[in-house]
Amino acid sequence: MTAPLTAFGKVACLVILLALLALPVIGSDYLIDIGTEMLIFALFALSLNLIIGYSGNVSFGHAAYFAIGGYVNAILLTTYGWPLLPAFVTGVLAATLTAAVVAYFCTRLTDIYFAMLTLAFSMLVWAIAFKWRSVTHGDDGFVGVTVPALLDDRMRFYYFTVIIVVASIAVLWVITHSAFGRSLVAVRENLGRAGFIGIHTRRMRWQAFVVAGFFAGVAGALFGMLIKGMYVESAFWTQSAQVLIMTLLGGIYSFFGPIIGAAVLFMLERLTNEYTEYWPTVLGVILLVILLFLPDGLVGLGKRLTAKAKGKDKTEGAT
Amino acid sequence: MTVLLEIKNLWKDFGGFVATRDVSFDLEEGERHAIIGPNGAGKTTFFNLITGHMAPSKGTVKFRGRDITGMPPHKVVKLGLARSFQRINIFPRMTLFENVQVALMSREGQSTNMFKLCFDLHVEETYELLETVHLREAAHETAGELAYGKQKQLELAIALAEKPDVLLLDEPTAGMSPSETNEAIRLIDRITKERGLTLLFTEHDMGVVFGISDRISVLHHGEIIARGLPDEVRNDPDVRRIYLGEAADDAA
Repeated sequence: MTAPLTAFGKVACLVILLALLALPVIGSDYLIDIGTEMLIFALFALSLNLIIGYSGNVSFGHAAYFAIGGYVNAILLTTYGWPLLPAFVTGVLAATLTAAVVAYFCTRLTDIYFAMLTLAFSMLVWAIAFKWRSVTHGDDGFVGVTVPALLDDRMRFYYFTVIIVVASIAVLWVITHSAFGRSLVAVRENLGRAGFIGIHTRRMRWQAFVVAGFFAGVAGALFGMLIKGMYVESAFWTQSAQVLIMTLLGGIYSFFGPIIGAAVLFMLERLTNEYTEYWPTVLGVILLVILLFLPDGLVGLGKRLTAKAKGKDKTEGAT
Repeated sequence: MTVLLEIKNLWKDFGGFVATRDVSFDLEEGERHAIIGPNGAGKTTFFNLITGHMAPSKGTVKFRGRDITGMPPHKVVKLGLARSFQRINIFPRMTLFENVQVALMSREGQSTNMFKLCFDLHVEETYELLETVHLREAAHETAGELAYGKQKQLELAIALAEKPDVLLLDEPTAGMSPSETNEAIRLIDRITKERGLTLLFTEHDMGVVFGISDRISVLHHGEIIARGLPDEVRNDPDVRRIYLGEAADDAA
């Protein structure tokens, strides 16, 4: 974490970026849809990791900001016929402002109390989406989102998503590698000590939560336009749990971990659904494996394996 | 002599148990002051009251004439009062470099800056501070994997990074072997002299403190029972009774 991207990291980023740009040219419609959704969830998981991995608090209610971004954008576009830019921005701002208020209360607490309060607030958001039928259409779902003509095309929407998500990831990379990002890790590592080197720990945790809410809102707004609808499930705690598992699977102590976790979990879900209907069972097993054997996720596993391989090289070189 | 830290009639009780009993205390600029007392005498509580980790039940703490009673730790440290802790208190999964660097960023008010990349921030000064505590070679090792004595040295570097006027060290040699203790004391002696720091430190081992303290206060059951020059304290009958008496009990 001391140096900027390694040479390997730079090459990997470039390859992935090229693959993303080339996907519509070589891939089918199905692949483009999967790619779009995967990107959205990668951003969603990455935003959550600012709270979990970087500030050291577990949020059980991150779906709230995803849903608010999604609903507000969808409703403004469809019911009120707003143009894309103001609708999108308002959706994201609504998510951010809600996060700012919720974080004000949650950052008074730590550990399980923090987690429970984030859950409580997200259930409040879910209840509003569920009950405010005149606006959200409740559990019928807010179907038939008016997507602006410019983006009402699979490939164009895909590229729009690539631009927004890649830009968001870049901004998040800067934030996590800024003075703030490193100080936030110190807050995670030792709250008390961070306070006594003069860091205002509560403000730091608040700031991280708000940024996380912002990018969850971005992901939600994109999601509503992709599936042309918003459903109360997006605000439900199971949605929060899914993104939490994605983040854990990838690895919370690495910047790119959640992206990998989101991609892997998403693909596993798709594959499993082709063979059986028991995805929740498979998900349960995945969660068990993470908790028991992969405490720092796939990225952590990768690091341990490469460290082992390097260790072997060294001993072989010595003999 | 200017009084930096002025403590008046400080009390702290925990539901009936009095940990600090009517303690008044002045710390003068430039002096090196040791607070000694057996384990459980209330030394750490006393420190926690000064640095805002606990609010006193009664009494006031003033720093440079300003009332800081009950001020939160992150504000106290900004005034120029840095401390180390009796139990290891570092950022375990960060490197030594990062441990010191975050303290420097905080001092410069950069902790909340989300768009200033950290790679080039205070690199020289971080290495210098690590050099001061003989840890430069280990700069990029993970702090939590370091040997105990070295983690203590790292604590010192973190505290120094705040550029404090007053350094409060809570049992800087706790848990160290005799040779590590000697080395640590020499290090503290050198650093405080070089930087002209005012030092307030606690210690339960009397032998350790005489070499580097200008004045000593003795804390017993939350009260200061003796204070003065090292020789005066050493020959104080009450102090001798507490220390030698207890040592005799231990031996028996």
